[in-house]
Amino acid sequence: MSFKVTKTIDREANRLVKNYPEKRSASLMVLHAIQEEFGYISKEAEVWAAEKLGLKPINIHELVTFYPMLREHDPGKTVVRVCRTLSCALAGSHKLHGHICDKLGLDKNGHGLQRTRDGKFGVEFAECLASCGTGPVMMCNDDFYEAVSNEASEEILKKYDA
Amino acid sequence: MPSEYKLVLRHVDEAGYTNDIKCYQKHGGYKTMKKVFKLKAKKTKDGTVTPQEVIRKEVLTSGLRGRGGAGFSAGMKWNFVNRKSGKPIYLLCNADESEPGTFKDRQIIHKDPHQLIEGMVIACYANDINLAYIYIRGEFPEGAKILNRAIQEARDAGYLGEGICGTKFNLEIHVHRGAGAYICGEETSLIESLEGKRPYPRIKPPYFPAALGLYMCPTIVNNVETLCNVRHVMEMGGETYAALGTPGNTGTRIVSLSGQVKRPGYYEIEVGKATLGDLIHGEEFGQGLLPGRKLQAIIPGGSSSKVFKAGESFKIKAKDKQGKDVEEKLELLDIPYDFDTLMKCGSMSGSSAIIVIDDSVDIVEALGNLSDFYAHESCGQCTPCREGSLWMAKALKRMRSGQARKADADYLKHIAHNIQGRTICAFGEACAWPVLSFVDKFRDDFVKKGAEDEASLANQQKEEASN
Ligand SMILES: Cc1cc2nc3c(=O)[nH]c(=O)nc-3n(C[C@H](O)[C@H](O)[C@H](O)COP(=O)(O)O)c2cc1C
Ligand code: SF4
Ligand code: FES
Repeated sequence: MSFKVTKTIDREANRLVKNYPEKRSASLMVLHAIQEEFGYISKEAEVWAAEKLGLKPINIHELVTFYPMLREHDPGKTVVRVCRTLSCALAGSHKLHGHICDKLGLDKNGHGLQRTRDGKFGVEFAECLASCGTGPVMMCNDDFYEAVSNEASEEILKKYDA
Repeated sequence: MPSEYKLVLRHVDEAGYTNDIKCYQKHGGYKTMKKVFKLKAKKTKDGTVTPQEVIRKEVLTSGLRGRGGAGFSAGMKWNFVNRKSGKPIYLLCNADESEPGTFKDRQIIHKDPHQLIEGMVIACYANDINLAYIYIRGEFPEGAKILNRAIQEARDAGYLGEGICGTKFNLEIHVHRGAGAYICGEETSLIESLEGKRPYPRIKPPYFPAALGLYMCPTIVNNVETLCNVRHVMEMGGETYAALGTPGNTGTRIVSLSGQVKRPGYYEIEVGKATLGDLIHGEEFGQGLLPGRKLQAIIPGGSSSKVFKAGESFKIKAKDKQGKDVEEKLELLDIPYDFDTLMKCGSMSGSSAIIVIDDSVDIVEALGNLSDFYAHESCGQCTPCREGSLWMAKALKRMRSGQARKADADYLKHIAHNIQGRTICAFGEACAWPVLSFVDKFRDDFVKKGAEDEASLANQQKEEASN
C-alpha cells in the first residue's frame, strides 16, 4: 500500500512521541507503526516521519537501511522468516527453507528476501529467533511457529494464501 | 542427581497459571514491592541509611550477578551510578535476547510479565528512577503486546504512574521495540537505538552507562532475568538468596539447552549445583544425546563463548579444605555450571545457553554457520570487525564448498587475532572467540579438509594437463 498520512498513523505517532523525553527516540517505534500499516517504509513515509520528529530525512533513512526488519520495498503480503542459525540449522531449518522455497517457486539458494510473483509471500532467512530449543522455527509476519516439519510448513502457508 | 530449582520460573508452565495481574497477585505477586515501600530509614552510627540504600545493600549482599552475558555484580553496577549529577537516572531492561542459543527471557516475558515489572519497580525505587524502558527485540511482537498489557494492568492497579501505592514515588515504564539487529543487545548500542540513532556502540571509557548513558544521563542496563531476581532477593533477603547456588555464584539461573540432545529446553538450576554433564545427560534435563550419537562439542554460554571439545579436561586453581591453593583436574562434563569455573576453563557461561553438537556434525560447517551470523550482525563501525567478520565468513564459505586449503586454519586465526581487542565493543571478541576456539580445538578437522581439497584440486589439474 502506498503511503499516505492517515488519521490513525498521525495519532499513533503523536502518542508514541509522548513516551520519550526527546522526540527523536520515537523514531524506531514510529517506523514500526508505519510498516505495520503500509507494509513497508517508502521515501514519502521517511520524509513524513522525519518531519514529525523534527529530523532530517537522512536521520530516518539511516535507520531504515540499518535494521533488518525495516523494509524499503514491499516484501510481500506475508513475510516468512526461517531461522538460519546453528541450533535451528542442526534441527533442519535449511531443509525447511528449501522446502518452502520449492513450494512457492522461489530459488532456495537465492540471496536475501525473495518475493513470489503474485506478491503474496516474501521468504527470507532470519538470525536466531530465540527459541532454539524447539527448532526449526519460523515466523509468518507476527505469528511464530516452532518445530516446523516440512509437511507442517505447507499447512501453515495455506493459512496465509489468501 | 541434581535437579531443577525453580525460583524465577516457579509458576511458568504451571497448569492454570496465566500471565494476567490477577493470577500473579493470587500467587503472591506485588507483595514484595509493597513490603519494599514500607522500608523505613535506619539510623546507624554512620548516619541515616535511606530505604533506597537498604535495598541496594540487600542486592549487593545477595551476590546477584547479571544474567545477560557478562555476569557482573548487579549491586556493584547500581553502586556505580552517579547520583550527584543532578540529572535523571534511567533503568533500561535488556530484553533483546538475541545471542544464538538463548531463549529464557522469552519465557518470562510471555508467561510471567508481571514478575519482570515488579522487579523493575523495585529496582527503580531503589535507584530513584522515574522513567524506565523495556527494550525488546523486534522479533517478539507478541511479547511486546503482552508487556504492554501487563504495564496497563499494573498502572490500573496503581503500581505504576504517580504516587504509587500511596508513596511519593512516580514511575513510568514503556516498551521500546528493536528491529532485528543483534548488536542492540550490547548496552551502549541499545542506548543509541533508544535515542533514535543508528545503534553504533559507544566507546568505554568515557561512555559508561552508569555515568553517561541514555541522553548522557546515568543509566542502569539490566537483563530481564536479573531484574526478576531482584524481586526474589527482596522477598527472601539478600543473605538467604546468597545461600542459594555456590559461593560467589549465588542464586538460580535459567539455562537454555539446545542442539542435539533428547530433551532440549530451559531449565532453572541453583548456580553451580549442576554440571555440564548433568545438564546434558540428566533425567530432569537434556536426557542425553540422540540414539547412536557421540558427543563432539559443547558451546557452553551462547554462540560467542569458546567451544569445548568432547573429552577435554582442565587444570584449574582451587582451594582445598584448609584454604590452601591447589591445582585440581576437572573433566569437561564435571564442570559445575556457574560463572567462575567456566571462565577458569577458558570459556564462559555468557547468556547461559548450551548448544550440544554431536559427531554427525561437520565442525567446519558449524563454525561457518556461526561466522555467517557475526558477518551479518557486525554494526560496521570498526574496520577490524566489519571486514574481519566478513573475511572469516567468506573463508569458511569457501572451505565448505570444496575449496579448503591447509593454510586456512592459520588464516582464520590470523584474522580473528586482528579483531579481538581492537574494536569499540565486545562484539569483536564475540566474533573472534568461536573462530579461535573451533580452529584450535578441532585443528585436525580443518587441516584435513584443507588437505583433501588440495589433493583433489591437484588431481584435477593433473588430469587437465594430461588431456
Ligand atoms: C554483542 C553483544 C550482545 C549482547 N546481547 C545481549 C542481549 O541480547 N541481552 C542481554 O541481556 N545482554 C546482552 N549483552 C550484554 C549487555 O551489554 C549488558 O551487559 C547486559 O544487558 C547487562 O545486564 P546484566 O548486568 O543484568 O546482565 C550483549 C553484549 C554484547 C557485547
Ligand atoms: S566491534 Fe563490531 S559490532 Fe562492535 S562497534 Fe565495532 S564494528 Fe560495531
Ligand atoms: S537458532 Fe533458531 S531460534 Fe535460536
